[in-house]
Amino acid sequence: MSKTDGGLIADRPRALMSEPLAGGEGEAALPGVLGDAKTRRHDESARAERLHPLVQLTLARLREFIREREAVFWVFVFPVLLAFALGIAFRNTAPEITPVAIEDGTVVRAPAVTLSAADLAQSLSQTDGLHATVMAPEQAAKALRTGKVALVIRPGRNAQPRVGDATATFDYRYDPTRPESRMARLAVDDAVQRAMGRADVARAGDETVSEPGARYIDYLIPGLIGLNLMGSGMWGLGFAVVQARTRKLLKRFAATPMRRSHYLLSFMLSRLVFLFLEVAAVIGFAWGVFSVSVHGSLIDLVVISLLGAMTFAGLGLLVASRPKTIEGVSGWMNLVMLPMWLLSGTFFSASRFPEFLQPFIKALPLTALNDSLRAVMSEGAPLAVSWLEISILVAWGVASFALALRLFRWQ
Amino acid sequence: MTTRSTSETSANGSAAVRCVGLVKRYSDVTAVDGLDLSVRPGECFGLLGPNGAGKTTTVEILEGLTPADSGTVEVLGERWGAGRDHALRERLGVALQETQLAEKLTVNETVRLFRSFYNRGRAVDDVIRLVELDEKRDARVGKLSGGQKQRLAVACSLVNSPDLLFLDEPTTGLDPQARLKLWDIIEHFRAGGGTILLTTHYMEEAARLCDRVAIMDHGRVIALGTPRELVHSLGADQIIEFSVTSALDGQRLGALAGVRGVRVRDGSYSLTVTDIGAALPALLAEIKQERAELITLTTHQATLEDVFVSLTGRLLRDE
Repeated sequence: MSKTDGGLIADRPRALMSEPLAGGEGEAALPGVLGDAKTRRHDESARAERLHPLVQLTLARLREFIREREAVFWVFVFPVLLAFALGIAFRNTAPEITPVAIEDGTVVRAPAVTLSAADLAQSLSQTDGLHATVMAPEQAAKALRTGKVALVIRPGRNAQPRVGDATATFDYRYDPTRPESRMARLAVDDAVQRAMGRADVARAGDETVSEPGARYIDYLIPGLIGLNLMGSGMWGLGFAVVQARTRKLLKRFAATPMRRSHYLLSFMLSRLVFLFLEVAAVIGFAWGVFSVSVHGSLIDLVVISLLGAMTFAGLGLLVASRPKTIEGVSGWMNLVMLPMWLLSGTFFSASRFPEFLQPFIKALPLTALNDSLRAVMSEGAPLAVSWLEISILVAWGVASFALALRLFRWQ
Repeated sequence: MTTRSTSETSANGSAAVRCVGLVKRYSDVTAVDGLDLSVRPGECFGLLGPNGAGKTTTVEILEGLTPADSGTVEVLGERWGAGRDHALRERLGVALQETQLAEKLTVNETVRLFRSFYNRGRAVDDVIRLVELDEKRDARVGKLSGGQKQRLAVACSLVNSPDLLFLDEPTTGLDPQARLKLWDIIEHFRAGGGTILLTTHYMEEAARLCDRVAIMDHGRVIALGTPRELVHSLGADQIIEFSVTSALDGQRLGALAGVRGVRVRDGSYSLTVTDIGAALPALLAEIKQERAELITLTTHQATLEDVFVSLTGRLLRDE
């Protein structure tokens, strides 16, 4: 039977594989046997033939996944790239310079001083955090409209500035809903008033701090882990199931004595294996590049990630339980995931949404996952603190898996 | 009469597959329209018919994959949905029409996966060798040729050494050589005592592999027998097909010596002939007398195709 090898190395995986795997023990053999196809090759004997179907199904899932290059990219590389890009874009740097514009012809007068547009620009640009440019009116209006400047200083609307006219004044033109414009309004006015001779009544000193754990990247990373668990769970399962359905592979399986629950469970199990790699990739990257650290216990983190992965595997199965085409399942996937992308506090806090939406947002599985991940990673809180979020995750997972089993279409 | 019904009862009692009055309707079409079948243990039984005749629906009902609207089905003495489905599936081999197995898995991994579903069966290596895929055992399914993929599908249906094998259009779309290889595998299984129910729209396939053939059309069996019996039922063993420059009178052709039947189709003529030695000269004389000229003329031994044509007026390959 064995033609060539059969030595010590070849025997190891066989010993692993050929144990009679009754009941649920099958999972134990999973991680070791992934890549050993070569050594196992000619080393089969009839009695070692049979493996537990759940193990075989899970192995098939894992093999199909790692042999699909695009899937590997989206699950492992993309989240890291996303973390990198967002981490760079929103990194905490020295306070930014706010650009403002001064319309040509603006003149600012006080009883003692008169400043032309050019004088004013020079004076403002010497102030910390501001940079002023003199522009033609249309040019300034366009710069404000396109967000290139935060504020425009222009001749007052109600006064025609004439030389020697002490009542002539100027306007600040800005959009008060833009935070940086409001900031610019305060900073510019302060600088102008000082330049015109206002003296500060009281002096204050500055003490600046930068707390690790309070940066945007610290907020972002747990959210990205949550988002990634959702995406890989839902897309990974949804596509694989629907593809098997369109290829009639599900029907073929239904014609064997395979237990249907084994088939669905194999998807959950294969997610477990990749879960660790997925989470480790993002956390390792964030730690190495942005010094993001996990403040709570690693075990708690693993428990929550696992729960999250199972929940979204269940949801993925549910969404994929009926559609017959990839297009069909894609539509449903987007319908389910888009609200969570927006609402669940991945990129910014969900508390920005109106009060009446909050109970709905809190009930979403991704919100629960993100919040509990943040509690562990950023706050170092024990699991018990997140009991509500954990209950929400478990409820979603159990309900969707049970429903998927009932609704699942095999042809 | 009495003896006959007794013998039929006993034959039915041990039938590998038996169905009576099978009906399956889809929203706009009746796919199976009152079908009766009985497959004997150890025989290779063929369902021959054009695409859309209801062959696949019938087989999928027998495989327990599609519920029938009415009628009874018994497979290896069991009925679907009676709580013994799992045990029954252990004993069946199934190759669906056009299953696409996972492309990223290898031959070996695929067979092993299917093997794990069954408690009984043969060694994975044996099955792979049986379908002559030894050299491809570590090749990805996506890289196999059409014939190799089909042999792999058959391998997956043989892993449990089934008592009854369902093959739905096993050689459709394959080149002649790939088809021959697959026929060998099927004959090998049959020689080992297995029962086969196969569907096909290739009459050569039915004639070569099947002990008995049921010709299906529009969801019904329109003829049943051994390939030999069916061909004999034409009452003729030669077919002359020809076309001419101007129309001939069908009635006069039918009256020619040795001619048993005439069929005209799109300006070409087909004669079923009992005595080709008499019919051919008479036909040539008739053509000459009508001042027509021959464009084509072929003769062949009558086949199942001719049986189908004589029953339905259409060709198997038409639809």
